[in-house]
Amino acid sequence: MDAQPTKLRIEPLLWLLFSAGGVVAAFLIPIHLLILGIAGPLGLTKATEYASASAFLSFPLVRLYLFVLCSLPLFHAAHRIRYTLYDGLQIKHLNEVIAACCYGGAVVGTVIAGYLLWNFV
Amino acid sequence: MADTIKLEVSRYSPETDAAPHLQSFEVPFRKDWVVLDALNYIKDKQDGSLTYRWSCRMGICGSCGMLVNGEPKLTCATFLADYAPEPIRVEPLRNFPVIRDLVIAMNDFMRKLQKMKPWLIRKEEKPVSEGEYLQTPDELEAFKQYSMCINCMLCYAACPVYGLDPLFSGPAAIALAQRYNLDSRDQGSKDRFPVLSQHDAIWGCTFVGECTRVCPKHVDPAGAIQQYKLTAALDWAKSVLMPWGGK
Amino acid sequence: MKSAAVTPPYTLNHPRWYRKRVSTYWWLQRWEYLRFVLREISSVFVAWFVVLTIAQLYAMSRGSEAYNTFLDFLKNPFIIAFNIISFLFVVYHSITWFNLSARAMSIRVGGKKVPGFMISGPNFVAWLIISAVIGWLLLRA
Repeated sequence: MDAQPTKLRIEPLLWLLFSAGGVVAAFLIPIHLLILGIAGPLGLTKATEYASASAFLSFPLVRLYLFVLCSLPLFHAAHRIRYTLYDGLQIKHLNEVIAACCYGGAVVGTVIAGYLLWNFV
Repeated sequence: MADTIKLEVSRYSPETDAAPHLQSFEVPFRKDWVVLDALNYIKDKQDGSLTYRWSCRMGICGSCGMLVNGEPKLTCATFLADYAPEPIRVEPLRNFPVIRDLVIAMNDFMRKLQKMKPWLIRKEEKPVSEGEYLQTPDELEAFKQYSMCINCMLCYAACPVYGLDPLFSGPAAIALAQRYNLDSRDQGSKDRFPVLSQHDAIWGCTFVGECTRVCPKHVDPAGAIQQYKLTAALDWAKSVLMPWGGK
Repeated sequence: MKSAAVTPPYTLNHPRWYRKRVSTYWWLQRWEYLRFVLREISSVFVAWFVVLTIAQLYAMSRGSEAYNTFLDFLKNPFIIAFNIISFLFVVYHSITWFNLSARAMSIRVGGKKVPGFMISGPNFVAWLIISAVIGWLLLRA
């Protein structure tokens, strides 16, 4: 019944990005979110001032770290959200639109993060 | 304990019914009885028209898979005592068309198993005079777990992806493909790759993990699928980064 | 012998199979499916964190005034509440991720398969150590 199936080229890459993003998100995001979003605003820890934050960003390694922290988890989320919409809401006929929006969003976020980190003075 | 227990069994007669409905039966409660014993009692003594599959009654043939209180189980391995005194609801396996009562159509499942080329593929067969293909215990261990599948389809009943997408190859089929891919005697990984690396095969799986949880033989199809995803992804990466590699 | 979309009349040799439609709320029908969907939804909160970080970078690029406005935004009680929920989901992602990745790997040592908890255990420990190190680095400023 099946003709020779077409070789999938993009799925392995998307899955690798998803996995890498999952690892980065699992190890790094909890502590970052705890400090940035909860401990800092509640005053449990000293919120980073502009001057010291800028000093942090002067290190290229920090910029690279932040780029990875922003970019890979976005692809992880895009992949999972795409499959959740596909399976959860059973809107298969919108498959290409969903994929474009999800991965497109991840690409946009990556580009914005890269631009901001590259150009920060 | 009470000496009877109530079974609510799904009945569907295509001649007369538009949809399945539950019918209640009181069966004797014996400590050592399983759900299959109760079904046999109903068919023997109360309603001979009850239709269901069973065979070995010892958890090896894979015939008696049904939903017991919504959970995919082998009815020959599910004790009444674990549910008494509450009533037990017995329904046909989820995600399959119902032919009658508790019997489902397995054509799709059989077709998907065959699609995986579940046989040893060799570039060249050894002549019989040269003897058997030898295998060390370690080589056997590499795939033995995936060879334990009894084709009971409980994993398909548990898999939400299969329910949502009937084209999905499913846990047992992909685990079966891995059973052959990991067999040291097999040389057919490349032949199975185009079948496996598809939207409706490994890439459709979202690692819900229900298949592994319900498997009565501890095959761990979810693990097999994720491991193959990694294999396929690394193969792809190698083909992109080092395209000069000989096939 | 597929059942047609329009139910055919019953004939002796072609019984009408019953196909149940999968409900849009299939994921509410069993605890296991709900836990799965919650795990997947944690990715939305992962994305939210990245949005926050990008917003922080953008605010910094506009100068200290904009940055302080961003810090005030973070102090909004609704935002704090949402971030607490996000934190719980993000932690849920980490826990489920380490357990999943242990099951996805088949590591054999001396012919025997390494049990899952020996793979996820070190991951959890590494998670705690890395978090402590990063926390210390972030708060040093």
